[in-house]
Amino acid sequence: MDIQQVLFWVLSALAIGCGLGVILSRNPVASVIFLILTFFMISGHYILLNAQFLAIVNIIVYAGAIMVLFLFVIMLMNLNADTEPQKSRLIQVAGAISGGTLLLVILAALRTSLYSVPLEKGATDIGLIENLGKTLFTKFVLPFEVSSVLFLSAMIGAVVIGKREPAQEDGGVGAALRQPNQN
Amino acid sequence: MPIEYYVFLSLVLFCIGIAGTLMRRNAIIIFMCIEMMLNATNLLLVAFSKMHNDPSAQIFVFFSMVVAAAEVSVGLAIIVMMYRKVHSVDVNILNRLKH
Repeated sequence: MDIQQVLFWVLSALAIGCGLGVILSRNPVASVIFLILTFFMISGHYILLNAQFLAIVNIIVYAGAIMVLFLFVIMLMNLNADTEPQKSRLIQVAGAISGGTLLLVILAALRTSLYSVPLEKGATDIGLIENLGKTLFTKFVLPFEVSSVLFLSAMIGAVVIGKREPAQEDGGVGAALRQPNQN
Repeated sequence: MPIEYYVFLSLVLFCIGIAGTLMRRNAIIIFMCIEMMLNATNLLLVAFSKMHNDPSAQIFVFFSMVVAAAEVSVGLAIIVMMYRKVHSVDVNILNRLKH
């Protein structure tokens, strides 16, 4: 067992454990912290797979930006373990069983059909920023430009949706939605 | 490491995400489980990129991150709006289509 295998097993066990922590912890803030830890483990896997630049981008974009956004929203709403809505035990068990069954089915289907290819050690420079940049700006330049339009529309959409509507605090959708909760 | 180990690892992470989506009622937790599923597929794409020595798969991971970032910004705005209207992030409140 060389160092790479040891790192693979440690990172995999930590990633799966933190992933289970995300869905099992009652406190939403703890879930966010577990998810950030999962992303760090996945970044470790990227480094093992010689995708160094992706590992850095994963940490900066996912753990740094997206999860901080989640954390802001959770703290803005003041959510904690007491206000956490819980499904009934039956539905929780049903959800766990269906997820586990899907895992078993795909595992059984892939176990015999996959041919075992060891990932060779050659060509370690594929994930460096120089190669990725060349590929991005030659082969994939059109999707790159389209994604900028996507970002622009997402930004405008987020601003428009998040804007507070004037003088419509209690009418319309809000009252209609709140009604079944009261009776 | 053989490629199948990475396939199985990302499969386990994906199924944890699916189980979490089915088990929880908090809209933000459901959203985080979707993020975890996206990351599991990203890990699989990077593993296949290493297997075939092709950087295209890593570029694809970039675009998947771009779409995830855009999705998170819009989705969290929707959740904030929902919280402002009904003062809860429980997805079971949003079942007006049933009645």
